[in-house]
Order: sequence, then structure tokens, then C-alpha cells
Amino acid sequence: MTTKKEVKSVSGITVRLAGDSGDGMQLLGTQLTNTSALAGNDVATFPDFPAEIRAPRGTRAGVSGFQVQFAQTEIFTPGDTLDALVVMNPAAMVTNIQDLRKGGILIANEDGFTEKDFKLAKVDANPLDATVINDSYRLIKVPMTQLTRTAVSEHGLSPKIADRCKNFFAMGLVYWLFGRSLDPTLRFIENKFGRKPDVASANVTALRAGWAYGETTEAFGESYQVDAADLKPGTYRNIMGNQALALGLVAASRLSNKDMFYGTYPITPASDILHELTKHKNFGVRTFQAEDEISAMCATIGAAFGGTMAVTASSGPGIALKAEAMGLGMMLELPMIVINVQRGGPSTGLPTKTEQSDLLQAMFGRNGESPLPIIAPQSPADCFDMAIEAWRIATECMVPVMILSDGYIANGSEPWKIPTTDSLSHIKIEHPAGIEAGEPFLPYLRDENLARPWAIPGTEGLMHRLGGLEKENETGNVSYDPANHQFMVETRAAKVANIADRIPDQEVFGESSGDLLVLSWGGTYGACHTAVQRCQQAGHRVSHTHLRYINPFPKNLGELMKGFDRVLVPELNMGQLRMLLRAKYLVDCIGFNKVQGKPFAVSELIEQIEAQLASPVAA
Amino acid sequence: MSLPVLKAADFASDQDVRWCPGCGDYAILAQMKKVLPELGVPREKIVFISGIGCSSRFPYYMNTYGMHSIHGRAPTFATGLKSTRPDLMVWVITGDGDALSIGGNHFIHVLRRNLDINIVLFNNRIYGLTKGQYSPTSSEGQVTKSTPMGSIDHPLNPLSVALAAEATFVARTLDAHVKHLGTVLKRASEHKGTSLVEVYQNCNVFNDGAMAYAQEKKQRADNVVELEHGKPLVFGKENEKGIRLVGNHLEIVNRSDVQDDDLLIHDEKDPNPSIQMMLARMRYPEMPEPIGVLRQVEGVATYNDQINDQVALAKQKQGEGELEKLFHSGDTWVVN
Ligand SMILES: Cc1ncc(C[n+]2csc(CCOP(=O)(O)OP(=O)(O)O)c2C)c(N)n1
Ligand code: SF4
Ligand SMILES: [Mg+2]
Repeated sequence: MTTKKEVKSVSGITVRLAGDSGDGMQLLGTQLTNTSALAGNDVATFPDFPAEIRAPRGTRAGVSGFQVQFAQTEIFTPGDTLDALVVMNPAAMVTNIQDLRKGGILIANEDGFTEKDFKLAKVDANPLDATVINDSYRLIKVPMTQLTRTAVSEHGLSPKIADRCKNFFAMGLVYWLFGRSLDPTLRFIENKFGRKPDVASANVTALRAGWAYGETTEAFGESYQVDAADLKPGTYRNIMGNQALALGLVAASRLSNKDMFYGTYPITPASDILHELTKHKNFGVRTFQAEDEISAMCATIGAAFGGTMAVTASSGPGIALKAEAMGLGMMLELPMIVINVQRGGPSTGLPTKTEQSDLLQAMFGRNGESPLPIIAPQSPADCFDMAIEAWRIATECMVPVMILSDGYIANGSEPWKIPTTDSLSHIKIEHPAGIEAGEPFLPYLRDENLARPWAIPGTEGLMHRLGGLEKENETGNVSYDPANHQFMVETRAAKVANIADRIPDQEVFGESSGDLLVLSWGGTYGACHTAVQRCQQAGHRVSHTHLRYINPFPKNLGELMKGFDRVLVPELNMGQLRMLLRAKYLVDCIGFNKVQGKPFAVSELIEQIEAQLASPVAA
Repeated sequence: MSLPVLKAADFASDQDVRWCPGCGDYAILAQMKKVLPELGVPREKIVFISGIGCSSRFPYYMNTYGMHSIHGRAPTFATGLKSTRPDLMVWVITGDGDALSIGGNHFIHVLRRNLDINIVLFNNRIYGLTKGQYSPTSSEGQVTKSTPMGSIDHPLNPLSVALAAEATFVARTLDAHVKHLGTVLKRASEHKGTSLVEVYQNCNVFNDGAMAYAQEKKQRADNVVELEHGKPLVFGKENEKGIRLVGNHLEIVNRSDVQDDDLLIHDEKDPNPSIQMMLARMRYPEMPEPIGVLRQVEGVATYNDQINDQVALAKQKQGEGELEKLFHSGDTWVVN
């Protein structure tokens, strides 16, 4: 379907869809994202939903939102301020309106704004009538419920089912407004509701009705078009972080010719990795839903002992439970992957919101001297690469490797350039072969990486006993010898520290010296990168460097920081990376810390960068 | 190819055994070394996994693969190992504190999953390694280092717990009755599914004689009933006493007063654990305590079989996984 109205070309659009948890906003958002990605736009998303499955209808607590930016240029964030906001009820409106830019489009489902809805949202009067709203935004009121009911009446559905189609009506309208093709969503409806043909055809009707409404209503004079982005040639798909992690793990298992064992206990926002992996049993994936995270961690160690690629994942509270066993994994010197998809803490905290506050837990959250390698993906698609990298490091060094993801990249999505399978390098793993019984075997004899042999049960002559008691160098026998303990502690630490020799040097975006370096890690890459890019365009002498390897740090990091008058470390925590940097390099980094369960906005980073540039350099 | 014939000594590791002299753990170690060669499983195919406690030092003394893990969690390590390496014979060695206190959660879950492993629970009714605090199996009123006025906890019975989880093999034996111990260990190893063997183990340092009523030969006949499948429950020095089921409880009778047909016939194969539970609940001094196999039911799928069957089925249905296909699933687009 093509519009007969005027079409205005824009370089990018940021839109948020907000409604009640039951209104299907996540579905709408995902569809809009996929459709935009298929149209060749660069996309970045930010789903934001409440922890309660069904918070009371119409209340502010029950508002679920999905933000997507699609653009014809390369983008790194889902956008700060909204060009358009779709709200299904007053609660959604009052909790989101502050992010809509002045002059932006506000589309409201008029039928969701009744006296009852005002009460539920705790607003005194109809917020749509407020002068400031009408003065500040292009408000378009659409009686979506009524229009949907009329449109689908021919399908003879119950009113309840009919009303459920209204998110597809909204979708049709949004698609019209941004010149999106209906085809991918029509295919989706066919797949999803194929077994309920009446529901499927009603949804199709609603979708088309929404589109037609945009085309005919006088409220919209024009629609918008965002051309395809100039992405690197290749085949793409849209991917969410957790999904990318799962695919990366499957790839790593294939690249190392190992079956995978994935032991876990459900927890937001890590569960989707389990949901994804369990679909791929035909890759030799065995998933184990344990009775708790301790069991999940220990089963993972058991599988590693047996010679399998072993992985576990959780979020902060579950990682806390795994701590003792992770220490054992480190002592046993077996390869495995431990994933923490971080969420807002402390304690149960903000389960569905993002934060980076488990970095020190990852570094130091175990008893005794028990360093582990830590890496952190920087974006949803990067989760794929970092999963493979984790397994490479784990097997090279015989050590559990931690991946620190977060809720923002786990649920966020972006286009992923699908790698050709021959571009992925093989991960070489060797198990020592059997020997005659009686010949000596030294389970803690180390190679050039300080890694011990991965001798697996079933191998003749290599019978040995592992355990958490300190071990004698080489023999692995229990040892309480003071000098041996010091030696073993130092050796285990050196093994991890030496990984720095085999990871890439830290790169800088921008000049290698200047007034300020923005140093970030993990899921904040997109916002920091975009902020620095804009500051550079504005003529500031600012550069950006983003850490994906956190323990150990890349070798050149200390030197790199010296090139700048100031180092600004923005983090979604109270300064955990900053503490590590200061301790290690004695550099007086400046923190910019946010703990609101929300990612950084580009604008607040720019503001902070400019404020720092305006203040004198600390002597 | 014929397997080399192994002897008990072949299963001894080169490490010095460090239990207290006179500890019941020695007898269990000796019986294990004696039983294993009879099974015909090569040493490299056997793995011992333990938690923490005196008993949990066991793997260090066996010349097999082994893992001395962390307190209470041995069944979970075994779950990861056996699920991915069903070819291995896996033994879990645990204590009463290890299995029933800190590891209580894992204990019931491994039993309900029916993982094909053997669990040997060394029950000395005390925390040995931490030097004598009461445990979940210590008797009410027991005075220990941490209960100078007597324990106020009601003790837990490992067999009842196992039966409640519908474990497929549940047995009890005694460190002092080595022949019985050997037989029960062997039967446990032969069972497909989780085997739980509770061993009354004397801690001569912190809880000496706690189970003397069963351990001491002289007292045993009157206080213990040896279960045998298909046989009536009889005990006493002259086998003069029997147990019969009356309504919903068990009672002791003199065999001279009743017909043997009236006695309870032990049925370890009964999938319904109700009567087995009644046996498990027989406690000294009111009743003799049962030893032997309380329950051994077959035909319940094991966790390790099922997890691997699903992988095989997925491969059959979806075909062997191909990365290329996986990466390109869903909507894709090409940028030139
Ligand atoms: C997490 C943790 N908590 C506490 C301990 C201390 N601890 C070691 S063994 C043990 C009790 C062992 O009792 P039991 O399982 O009955 O074994 P036994 O020594 O009697 O054979 C305790 C509490 C520990 N090692 N780890
Ligand atoms: S403390 Fe008790 S259980 Fe532990 S070794 Fe000594 S006698 Fe055995
Ligand atoms: Mg004990």
C-alpha cells in the first residue's frame, strides 16, 4: 500500500509505544523494529516493562513501554528524546510525556481516557485537555477502541477478543505514519495466529484499518520516510542481546567440537538465554533447570569436569548464590562460562531495569584470593562475539570466565551482521590421552598459559582427585604447606593476569590525546560513543575508549589514559570501574554515576562532558 | 578383550587416610574397595564426588576420578557430570549434615529426578569435621558442643525423606556389619536410578556409641530387623519376634502367638512407598530399626537417560544442528 499524501524524508525517528502491560506494546514495538530493520534502517531498541506480570490495569505501575529508534545513519542508542509517542491510556501518557520533544507527535487512544482511567492513573482531569499539552505537542486523538470494534465487527468475535486487536490498529496507524511495509507483520500474524484463523483475520483487518485511518483522517497531513542506512554489506537480522549470547554459545560449542551443558535457575533478565538454548538441543545442547542457582553452578562444574562445554547464567542475586561454587571452579581450574545479566540491585532491587552494579561482585565476590577473567559485551550483537571469546579464554587458561551483560543490552536489539561460518575461528581443545596405569600423571602441571591439563574421567591412567582444599603444585594433592599456598595463589592470579598478553590492545575513538577521555564499559557503549561523537563534531578535544575486557585490563590502558587531561568514567553504578582504575593506575578518574534503572541519555552525557571541560583540571 | 582383574588394593590411592583411629569411615572405605572390583567397571570409569565433612574426604583415598566439592552440593556436581557423561559410574559420598542440613534441597531434588548415581550417606548423627555440634539426625535432647542443654530440634530421618521424594532405591546398612554393608553397596551399584544408602557410622570421637543398639552384635538382634524382599519381617536372637501390619500401623508380635502368614511380607518393589515409609519410621527403642533394601523399584526413567534422549530426538526431528541455518533463522535482509 502506498500513501497518496505528502511524504517527508527524515534521517531518523525515535518513537515510544506506551500502554498497559496487557495492551501488547512489546509486540507492537518488536514488529515495528523488525519491519524497520528489514527496510534497511539501522535500529536500536529499549523495551521497558514492569516487574509485575499483570500490575493493576490502567495504573502507572502497570505501564509497559517500548522505544525504538530507526535511522538511515549508523546509530548506537534507542534515542534520548522522542519524535513520536503513542499512548493507550492516561497512565502511559503521564509517565512518558516528559520524554517527547517539543513539537513531537502525540497519538492517544481517546477511548482509553475515561473518568475511570483518570482515577486509575491518579490524574484529576483529562490530561489530553491540558493547554500545555496542546501547545507543546502535535496531539492526535484517535478513538482506537471504537474504530477497531467497527473494523473487526464482521469477524463476529466476542467484544473482549475484538478489543485485543486494537494494538494491531495502532500498529497499522504507526506503520502508515512512518511509511513501513505491512508485509512482515502480515507474515507474523499468519505464523502466530495461523491456528486461530478468525483471530488472525481480525488482526489483519485491524492492522489495515489502522493504516487506512492514517491515510484518510485529516489529522495527519503528511507521513515520514526514513531511507535505508548505509550499513556494511552483508546479510543482517535483528537480534536481542540474550538471543545473541545464546547463539554465540552454540557457535562456540560447535567451533570447539563440544556439546554444551547449560545449568541455570530462572531469573529476570537472564531467563531468555535458557528459553533460546533449549530450542537448540539438536546442537547437542543439554539444558538443566536446577533447583536453585547453587545447584546450577555446581552442575556446571560437574559437566566441565566431564569434558563438556559448561555454561551457567543468572543475574545479581543468583550470582551471589553461586559465589562459593565459583570459587571452587577457580580452584579446580576447569573451563566454564558464568554469565551475569545484571539488573538493578541491591537485593531483589529492580528486576526488569538495567544497572552495572555487579562489577565489584564479579571481581571480588568470592572468599579468598580468587580472581576470574571478566569480559563485557558492549551491545546486543556484541554478545555473540563475547560468548565465543569467553569460551576461548576459558579453555586456553582452564578457568571460569565471567560475562557481564545487562538488562539493557539483553532485551535491546540491533541489526546483526550474520557472520559467515568460515569467518569464525576454530577453538582448539586438547584432552591428555590415556597412559599406562602406574605411570605418573600430574594434574596441576602447567603449560605456557599456566593452564593445567583438562584430563577427563574415562581416560585410562589419569585418575586424579580434584577439590577445594589447597593443592600441591603439579601433583594436585592436598597441601597445607605455607610456601606452596603462596605459590599457588600467585600462580592462579598470574594465569588470569597473563591473559592481557593475548587480548587486543585498547583502541581509542578520536585523538590519542586531548582534554578529556570518556572511559566506559559494557552496555553503555552506544550512549557514550554517540555523546563523544557529537562533542567531537562540536569541536571539543574529546575521545572515547570502551572496555570489553575488564579483568585483566588491556595492557595499554594505563598508558592510554595518560594522554588526556581528564578521564571521565560514566557508569550505571556508584563508581565501580572507577575504583578499579584508580586502584590499579593511580589515575584520578572522574565519575558520572547514574542508578535509576535506566540507561544513559546521550544528552546528559554531553552535558557532563561539557561541564567537565569547563572546569579546571585537577592539579 | 578381557578386563584386567582388579583387587581391592588397586582402588587405593597413594594418599594417607586421615580419619581418627577407630572411625567407622574406615570400614566403609574397605568395603567399597572390596565391592568395586566385583563390578567389572574399570577404575577410570568411576567417579567419587563428595561434599564437605570427615566422610567427604573419601574420594581422596580412592584410586578413581574424584571431586571433593563444597558443603552439601555433591549431588548437583553429580547431576552435571552424569547428565553429560552417562558412561561413567558416579558415587556421591555425603554426611548427615552435608546431605540433610546444608544440602537438603539438592538431596530431595536429585532423588526425585532419579539420576542414575549411588549416594552413600554416612550418618554418624553429629558434625564430625567441625568437632561435634549436633546434626539434623542427632536425637532430641542430645547434649553436644552446641547444645549444652540438649538439642531441641526434632531429628530428620533420611530414609523417610528419600521415600517422600519417591526415590527408586532406598537402603540402610551398618559400618559394623561389614558383610551386610558390602551387599547393600553392591545392590545400590546395580540399581538403575538414584540409590540412597544410609550407613550408620560410628564417630568414636564425638558421638561414640550413638547407634550401639544397632551396631553392637549383642544388641543388634533385638533392635534391628534385616529386610529381605518377599520374606516376613522377623527379628530377635532366635528370630522369635515378627512385625505385622494392623490397620495403619505396625506392631511387634511373638511368632509363637501368630501364624507366619500374618507377618508383614517385605515388598521392596512396591511402587507405592506407603508401607516402606512405615518401615522407615520404625525407631529404636519402640521398634527395631530396619536395615537392608527398603525400596527398589524399576522402570522409572532416569534423568540422564531423558536429557540425552531429548537431544537425540531433537537431532532426529530437526536434523543435526547447522550454524548457518541457525544464524539465518527468522527475517533477514541483505545490504549490498
Ligand atoms: C559453606 C560451609 N559452611 C560450613 C562449613 C563447615 N563444615 C564443614 S563440615 C561441616 C559438617 C559436617 O557434618 P557431616 O556432614 O555430618 O559430616 P561428618 O564430618 O560428620 O562426616 C560443617 C558445618 C563448610 N565447610 N562450608
Ligand atoms: S571426628 Fe568422628 S567422624 Fe570424623 S574422623 Fe574422627 S571419628 Fe570419624
Ligand atoms: Mg556427620
